[in-house]
Parts: sequence; structure tokens; C-alpha cells
Amino acid sequence: MNKFLLPLGIFIVLVALLAVGLNLNPREVPSPLIGKPAPAFTVPQLHSPEKTFSPQDMLGKVWLFNVWASWCVSCREEHPILVEFARTGMVPIVGLDYKDKREDGQRWLARFGNPYSIVPFDADGRVGIDYGVYGVPETYLIDKAGVIRFKQIGPITPEVLEKKIIPLVQELNK
Amino acid sequence: MTPELGHFALILSLWVALAQGVLPLVGAQRNQPQWIAIARPATTASFLLVAIAFACLTWSFYINDFSIAYVAAHSNTQLPTMYRISAVWGGHEGSLLLWVLMLAGWAQAVALFSRQLPDAMVARVLGVLGLVMFGLLAFVLLTSNPFERLLPAAEEGRSLNPLLQDPGLVYHPPMLYMGYVGMSVAFAFAIAALLAGQLDAAWARWSRPWTTVAWIFLTLGIALGSWWAYYELGWGGWWFWDPVENASFMPWLVATALIHSLAVTEKRGSFKNWTVLLAIAAFSLSLLGTFLVRSGVLTSVHAFATDPRRGIFILILLAIVVGSSLLLFALRAPKVSLGGRFSLLSRETLLLVNNVLLVVACGAVLLGTLYPLIIDALGLGKLSVGPPYFNAVFVPIMLPLLVLVAAGPIARWKQAELGDIVRRLWPAAVVALLAGIALPMLAGEWHGYVALALALAAWIIAAIVLQTIQRLKAGTGNPPPSWWGMQIAHFGLAAFVIGVAMVGSYEEERDVRMSPGETVTVGGHTFKFLGVEDVRGPNYTAARGSFELSKDGKMLRILHPEKRNYDSSAMPMTEAAIDAGLTRDVYVSLGEPLEGAAWAVRVYFKPFVDWIWGGCLLMSLGGLVAAADRRYRLKARTATKTVATGAMAA
Repeated sequence: MNKFLLPLGIFIVLVALLAVGLNLNPREVPSPLIGKPAPAFTVPQLHSPEKTFSPQDMLGKVWLFNVWASWCVSCREEHPILVEFARTGMVPIVGLDYKDKREDGQRWLARFGNPYSIVPFDADGRVGIDYGVYGVPETYLIDKAGVIRFKQIGPITPEVLEKKIIPLVQELNK
Repeated sequence: MTPELGHFALILSLWVALAQGVLPLVGAQRNQPQWIAIARPATTASFLLVAIAFACLTWSFYINDFSIAYVAAHSNTQLPTMYRISAVWGGHEGSLLLWVLMLAGWAQAVALFSRQLPDAMVARVLGVLGLVMFGLLAFVLLTSNPFERLLPAAEEGRSLNPLLQDPGLVYHPPMLYMGYVGMSVAFAFAIAALLAGQLDAAWARWSRPWTTVAWIFLTLGIALGSWWAYYELGWGGWWFWDPVENASFMPWLVATALIHSLAVTEKRGSFKNWTVLLAIAAFSLSLLGTFLVRSGVLTSVHAFATDPRRGIFILILLAIVVGSSLLLFALRAPKVSLGGRFSLLSRETLLLVNNVLLVVACGAVLLGTLYPLIIDALGLGKLSVGPPYFNAVFVPIMLPLLVLVAAGPIARWKQAELGDIVRRLWPAAVVALLAGIALPMLAGEWHGYVALALALAAWIIAAIVLQTIQRLKAGTGNPPPSWWGMQIAHFGLAAFVIGVAMVGSYEEERDVRMSPGETVTVGGHTFKFLGVEDVRGPNYTAARGSFELSKDGKMLRILHPEKRNYDSSAMPMTEAAIDAGLTRDVYVSLGEPLEGAAWAVRVYFKPFVDWIWGGCLLMSLGGLVAAADRRYRLKARTATKTVATGAMAA
């Protein structure tokens, strides 16, 4: 066996992986969760660890469930839009701080503004697994019965907000 | 008419590039002087044609020709002229055309500055570059034609992303591409040497200056990008381990290994296979970076508009270019002689360790960048890898490198003596120890991390000073420019480490609510908020804040951070105001307006942050000094014949 073939071998494996990767879209995965009840969980809150949050608390309301982290670059891109949107008070936004350090998350919100009505804290990413989170930020729109109606992967853009989220919220609130 | 002319020039250049790629290579293998002679004129022709195409596109931007889809998508009449020009490379199609223009430019430079090299060698190098160019031109023409017409023409363009309307964008991509694309020259030299079966010291000497110059551009390009992110994104960070940043950093790591390994190949004839492999890897990673950025397989803040057809095309191009190079390597490498032997403690060994560390670091970055993709491709789920991974993995790999960088230049080739190295370096170790203990205390608080980093930086600097004194005392004359270049670059590395450590440990930031007249203090600097007024820019309106910066009661200057709303975009942009200094930056940016005249304000104190980019500048300067060494420009035509035959016989 020619040891000089090794680099070529490694490269072929890499190309094969890239070829497979090309057929997957990192921003658009079919979410099996749409139309299903939001998975249940109970986690402590970011600012007061003694309090907990669970999706059951939100039953009867239409709400946005946004997953973010202080280490996430795209979240900073999205954040001003959320802050702006939260001012309208159209829908409560719950912001799950995902795989983060408690103090980092708190500092981040203090710095960039806090659009969230409640901030649950998911230190080890357990909730993320149930929700199929694979990249932050992600956002779910959940209806009064606790069913997921819409999922945005990657940052919310003003376009998505105006064309998809706001009309859907208005419809669900009727 | 102009776009058609550009399109036509581009099509023509595709076929000229094919001729440039095929004829000289065949000619060199068969030893046909007429075909070899085609290399230089064909290179010039393809360069001129691509330059014409690029000029046509630039002109279309200048005159606001919105009948071209690409222009309409990236410019508008409100855009200041400078940004209209830089908008040429503000999107996928144009930046790819810039890529090709640079490739043609590098090939043209090789054709011009290679008079002293054997014609067959030059023909092979230009031929390889021609083939790469053919592939990229086909990519432009088939999937990303910037000259596509928009019928009916748009009334007004969509304008450039406001984030990109900044002097940083005018310089950053061209610099970065010069570096990326410059790696193709080192690659072409390596392939030419493999084709000729002529891997020897002469080959290493020829490719060294080219590699170094490309590395300089890459260093500057990355530094500019980091600096741009620092002041334009307004987050105060300077590196985010974003996939696109990593895409430029990986070739840099390998290119750094390559310039060190080339030194061994040139001086000692060793590491030939390894050096060739690094040259192939450096360019492959540049191509891989292009693939990652433009195919949409990874999500990134830099993402271009993506199109799956483009991804497939680049992947095929990557597979052909890199696959055939590695196959050629596998066929030729077993016949290459091993070169000079060396003992376990020698400069060769130290440089080998340098290479291994840099390559492992690159591997770690590559793994982190591709991991989400690999997991996804294997159907194991979706995830993202963040800075915690990169910091945890990358820093420990770099620490031994910083220890060894001081010893490398002192160790003798072939066989070094530990006693000798210790005798010459012990004062540096003392300085390092003292610096590690004392400096963090002077700076404020003592942390293990910052103490270690400062000790290592002091160790490197002290070793450079010692070596310079010893070298000048030895009476062997003034050291050559390549020696000075190395020392300057290593000094730059130390400065970089100081910057990273200081800003990482002692930066201060405050987020406060301020009403006019109120003050806030960070790092001994006081900001007095004077108020906010509305101003109108060329294509935006802005809320412009005024802050009076003072230290110890002495007024320094007025700072004006802005919050801009561009006419063509819904996203507000934050323009931070920075007072830069040798030992600190102070940085203020406007947050959200609060009730009354109050604003949320963010202020930073960033000690030594400019040393990060200053260090990169010094590294580039060192490269420049080294590349200017006269010996690269000596006549090589006669000398190489004997070396070449000797190498083949071995």
C-alpha cells in the first residue's frame, strides 16, 4: 500500500461528505414538529433560578418561542428585530437561553435589551434536543392549544416577521 | 453595449486560458520549444481579456446601468461613488470575477518576473495556472454571469447591504483574494515540480518569494476583516470563529507552515514531499473556502445568495483540481529523495514541530467548521459549533508553538546542542518569568492565563533581542534580509499575543442609560453625554451622538457614534466611535433611544487591542522584508541544471 495515497483517500472522503452536505439545506429542514403539540419540559429561569418555566404555563395564549445563546453570532443580528417587535406587545416572546452560562446570558440581555417576557434557561441543551434545535437562533410560533404552527430556522428577518409571523399571529388570535 | 463587450471578453478568455493550460504543459513534457513559448503570450492575453471584462463591469456600476441584473441588485443612484466601485465585488458574481482577475494577475506576474527561471518550468507553472483559470472562468460563465441583462431594466437599484458600505469593504476582499489566489502560484510551482520530477532546492527557492508574498496578502486581508468586524459590527469583538473567517484562516495556517517548510527544503533539501503536500493543501483550502462560502452548505453571517448549482460546480472543480494533484503526488512522491538527514535536536526538527502544530491547528479548525455538516451528512442530527470549542482546542495547540518560536532560529541545522541553546537563551527565560509575574500585576489583576501569555510574549521578544545582539557581535556581517524578516514577523507574533491577552483579560464594558449631561467612566476614561442630533448622510439618516471624552479631568476629544437608518434597508446600523491609542482603545456606541432624551449607551475600554492588528502588520512587514531578499532574484538558469540532475539521480 502506497502511504502517499493517504492524502488522496482523506480528500475523497471529504468530498463525499461535502457532496452529501450539498443536498441538505442547513436553513430548511422539514420540521416534524409543525402541527404537533410543543414538547413539554420544565427548566429554571435565567434571572431567578428558583422559578421554573414550562410550556403549559402559556396555554391559552399564542406565543413565540425563541431559542438563543450569548455565544451565537446570528442571534445578535436577529436581536434588534425582536426588541423592536416586542415593543408592539402583539405576542409574548419566550426566549430560551440555550447551552449558555448563566452570567453570560444575563449580561447579553442587559446589553442588547430584553424582548422576552420570560427567559427559561437550558444549560445542557436538553430542551433543544426535544425541539430539534440544531442551530441557534430558532423560533417557534405556538398556538393557544400548545401546538407548534411555524418554525423559523436561523435569524428572523423583517421580511419573515411581516410576511409570515405577524399574519399567522393575527389569524391564530381570531 | 459595454456588458456585451465584457461578456464577450470573458468568453474569449475562457478559451485562451484553455490554450494557456494545455499547450505549454504538453510542450514541456514533450520538450517542444514552440509550444513552451506559447505560455507567456497566452498568459498576457488571458489577463488582458479578464481585465477588460472587469473594467466593463466596473464601468456599468459607475454609470448605474440597471439593465444588468447584478448591478441592479447591488447598487443604486444614491450610493456614493466609492461604494459604487466597491459594490462590484459586493456580491457573488462580481467577487468571483475579482477572484479570476487576481488569478490572471498572479499568472501575469509570474510571466513577467520569471526571466531567470528555465522556460520549461515557467511553461508548466503558467500551464497549471491556466487550467485552474479555465475551471473558474467556466464557473463564472455557466453559473454566475455578472453581465446577465435584466429586461426590462430596473428604474432604481436595490443598493448594497449597509454593513458593506464601509472603507473596510473597499480593501478587505481584494486583499484577502490576493492571498487566497496567490496560493495558486505556490500550488502551480509544486505541481510543475511534480510533473517535471524536479523537486529540489531550486524549486523551493523559486516558490519561496511567491508563497511569502501571497501569505502577506492573506495576513493583511484577514487582519483587515477582523478590524472591520471590530469597528463596523459594533460588537467590540475581533474574531468570531465564523465559518467564513475560518475559511480564510485555514489556508493561512497551512501557508504559514508552508513558508517554514520551504525554508528547510531550500536550505537542507529535506521535507520535499511534505512541502509539496502543504503547497497543494494551502490552495485546496482556498478553494474549499470558496466552496463553503458560496454553496450554502454552512450558515454564516457572511452568506452569499446561494444556488445549489453553484455548489455542485465548485465541488466538482475542487474534486478535479485537488484530486488530480493528490493523485500526481501519490505517483511521484515515492521516487523523491529524502534529503539531508538530521538529528532529533536540530532546526529541522523544530521546524517540523512548527509544521505539525500548525497543521493540527488547521485540522482542528477544519473539523469544527465542518462538524455540523458531517453530522448532518451522516444523518446523525443537526448542531452548531461555537467559539467555546475553538478556543478550547486552538489555544493549547498554539502554546508550544510560542515556546519553540524563540528557540527555532537559534538551533543549528542538522544537529543542535541543547547546552548551546540553553546558554544563549537563559536570559530570555528569566525575562519571561519576571514579565509573567510582574506585568499582570501592573496591568491590574493577576490571572494565570494572562501571566502565561505575557510571559510567552516576553520570552519571544527577549529571544529576538538576544539573537540580534549575538548575531551582530559575532562579526559575520549584517544578517541577510530574510533573517531580519523572520525576526520582525516573530516580533509581530509576540505583539499579537500581547494584544489578545490584554484585551481578553482587562477589557471593561458598561451598558448604561444616559441622559444629556451625565457621565460614565471605564478604564479611567470618562465619557460625558452631550446629546443626540439628527443628521442626513448621502443615503441614510442618522442619530448622531456627541460624547466628550476625558481622562484625569483633561478633555481629550469629542466622539460621535451614530445610529444609521439607510434609505434602502430596514435594518438600523450602529456606527461606533473609537478613540484609538497605542495602549488602549475607547469605544462608544449608541443603543436604543429611551424615554425623553435618554439613550442606552455602551462604552468599552480595550487595552492593547490595536496590538492584535499591529502584530499582523508586523508579520506582513517581516514577510515583505524576507521576500525582498536579493538571492531570490539571482540568475537561476545555470545553477539549477546541476542540482536538478543530482536530485533525480538520488
